[in-house]
Amino acid sequence: MTLIKNHIFCTEDLCAYYGDFMAIKHVTVKIPEKKVTAVMGPSGCGKTTFIRCLNRLHELTPGAKITGKIYLRDQDILKMDPIVVRRKVGMVFQRPNPFPTMTIYENVLAGYKLLGIRLPKKEANRIVEDALKKAALWDEVKDVLHRRGTFLSGGQQQRLCIARALAVKPEVLLMDEPTSALDPKATLQIENLIVELKRTVTIIIVTHNMPQAGRISDYTAFFYLGELIEFGPTAEVFTNPKDPRTEEYLTGKFS
Amino acid sequence: MKNSYPARENWRRLKNKIILGIITLLALIPTLPLFLILFQLLHKGLSSLSIDFFLHLPAPPGEPGGGIANAICGTLIIVGLATLIGVPISIMAGIYLSEYGKESKLAHAVRISADVLQGVPSIVIGIVAYAWVVRPMGHFSALSGSVALALMMIPVVVRTTEEVLKLVPDILREASLALGIPYWRTVLKVVLPTGMVGVTTGILIAIARIAGETAPLLFTAFGNQFMTLNPIEPMNALPLVIFNYATSPYEDWWQQAWGASIVLVFMVLALNILSRILARRIAGEK
Amino acid sequence: MPTPKELPKNLYRQIKYDIAFRKLATGTGIFVIILVIAAFFTLVYESWPAIKTYGLKFLWRTTWDPVTLEFGALPFLVGTLITSFLSLAIATPFALAGAIFLGELAPAKVANPVSFVIELLAGIPSVIYGLWALFYLVPLVRSFEMKIGAPPYGLGLFTASLVLAIMILPYALSVARDVISLVPQDLKEAAYGLGATRWETIRHVVLPYARSGILAGIVLALGRALGETMAVTMVIGNRSAMPQSIWDLANTMASVIANEFTEATEDLHLAALVEIGLLLFVITVIVNLVARIFIVKTKVK
Repeated sequence: MTLIKNHIFCTEDLCAYYGDFMAIKHVTVKIPEKKVTAVMGPSGCGKTTFIRCLNRLHELTPGAKITGKIYLRDQDILKMDPIVVRRKVGMVFQRPNPFPTMTIYENVLAGYKLLGIRLPKKEANRIVEDALKKAALWDEVKDVLHRRGTFLSGGQQQRLCIARALAVKPEVLLMDEPTSALDPKATLQIENLIVELKRTVTIIIVTHNMPQAGRISDYTAFFYLGELIEFGPTAEVFTNPKDPRTEEYLTGKFS
Repeated sequence: MKNSYPARENWRRLKNKIILGIITLLALIPTLPLFLILFQLLHKGLSSLSIDFFLHLPAPPGEPGGGIANAICGTLIIVGLATLIGVPISIMAGIYLSEYGKESKLAHAVRISADVLQGVPSIVIGIVAYAWVVRPMGHFSALSGSVALALMMIPVVVRTTEEVLKLVPDILREASLALGIPYWRTVLKVVLPTGMVGVTTGILIAIARIAGETAPLLFTAFGNQFMTLNPIEPMNALPLVIFNYATSPYEDWWQQAWGASIVLVFMVLALNILSRILARRIAGEK
Repeated sequence: MPTPKELPKNLYRQIKYDIAFRKLATGTGIFVIILVIAAFFTLVYESWPAIKTYGLKFLWRTTWDPVTLEFGALPFLVGTLITSFLSLAIATPFALAGAIFLGELAPAKVANPVSFVIELLAGIPSVIYGLWALFYLVPLVRSFEMKIGAPPYGLGLFTASLVLAIMILPYALSVARDVISLVPQDLKEAAYGLGATRWETIRHVVLPYARSGILAGIVLALGRALGETMAVTMVIGNRSAMPQSIWDLANTMASVIANEFTEATEDLHLAALVEIGLLLFVITVIVNLVARIFIVKTKVK
């Protein structure tokens, strides 16, 4: 933990609630920049809630509340407008969710189009190509850009969603179990993509899948019943966990 | 005892057959008047249709010929104007119910109001539109008829809009919000377009419902023997023609009432069938 | 807070629009409530001269004479009640039988197209039912009246009830059929499994399960019958006196408004007509709220 030099996210005493239920308990953590951080833990431990705090989607749930501080670089995002936060912190969801009414091209540009920003044709083309290339989807869809994305396979749809998130050039990309709805081949493609992407963007990925976390992440945060019980370089957490509960989870005692 | 068992069993079977037979008979009897209506409508109506009927204005009583051009235009204008007034209000209120109000007390009050409005008899809606528009303007007008019809349209479109928008999956809203798109643009550019086919279906059903309404037009649009396209003036409409001609003492006019009915029924059925096709398309997409 | 350069310029304006849109949507919702309340108070205001003159007595006064300016609503209340309940009594058995037939007995090949036609019939404007009744039903009723020795008007309460029955039938039928189709298949199969006949299954499983939904359908149909105007106006005979029998010429609340509203020149006459509209408003609101309670009950199951 001491080895980390640059932090992009830094939470202080972060608590998140659903009504009276406390889903995240006093989490203080620093997330390193341009690395892949895996968020792990048994079901219902607050992994998803945690990353939904980081782009302020959590508060959309009726009765939800956040206390504490979340710094994105030096700005407290809880004091910023959520719209501004979400421009900087993109998200990819568990199930692929391209907009069904839009073409592939429009989906990639959704971050601009939906905001009513008109881009010059050239720039728009460049952004689309750039984002789709980054998402390793360009070669597969470059001839069908103006068709609706609904005919794509699950893995392609998920990469389209990644391209859509990348197109607005976020600093952080949150991923909520992005491969849990995909087959092994599509999962592998996305994993390779994640490793590739960390050169340009910080990735925080929630995952259930231990080997996956081992393959792709540099750091691992381990949550248990809403508490962050362990955080450190993945290799260290996996081989030499400090908390007995982490060890129990890693050895498959509970899940 | 031994003999009574099969006897009871037979009686049960017989009873089953008798009652099911009666039910079938009862179910078939009402189709008779309904088919009679359709048959007589076609029989009487089609014979009075001609090109002149569509293109000409009404002839004075007693003179043969004449058409319902003004009433067809009038219905299109009055219903079109009602749609222009009613649809934006309805869609916004539907958006409120599905996206903002949800289970709040205010939202429930809006739902109950819409239900109440839907139950208000059309003749009473006519009185209200008379008091709100005709009285202040000092004369009957197409506009007042449109206001009355818009009032009838609102509850239908509000509730279908709400239902349809609720069916749009939350993960699409989140996808948009996570891109930093404000909620209002998410609603207008993602949620509404995704539910647009359903909303359109609701609008078509509502238009089909109001297009044949007569009672609210009696003392608003009022009727007019001449052609007018000005919504500030009294205007004729197909349902008014049917009512006025049917209750007149002239045989030609009765004939024309049947002709106007065929035109009106055709319009209403076309809208209904169109809305069904759209509804089926939504069902197919799922 | 500094605006980072890479953020779109209009982002901060969007935040304001977001609030404005929320207010606009909420305002439109409130507007719908206001429309209904305003409609109610408009009716009260417009009928005030009559309310002031007659008070509650308006409800049971039997004279309605625009010439001597004597107004009472009882003949129309009676007319509306008779036509509504008579039509309901005629239509309900057929509607119920039709719903059972389409929902339980007929094969899908027959049921689907028939349901389709019935729903289209429910969409035919009431003025067309009125037209048909005027030219086909009225002569039929007249010859029937001659046979039984009733005054052979052809028009009147009975004819109006018949048209109403025909009009509300498709409506009540499709509501009842929808409810019957909601009865879970496994419940019915359980009954058949016990050796019940088809009728016994319908009688003891389907109908009890669908009861409140069917009642809702009947009450909704009643709401329609109460407010139905055009078809009734065309065949009821337009006579504003207390009806003595179902063969009499009469008026319903809706038909007297339709007939006299544009001809009313005296303020009191107009106010009395509006007051009848107000009564109709109140009655239908109550009926619809009752139906709503039944529908909620159905959904709870």
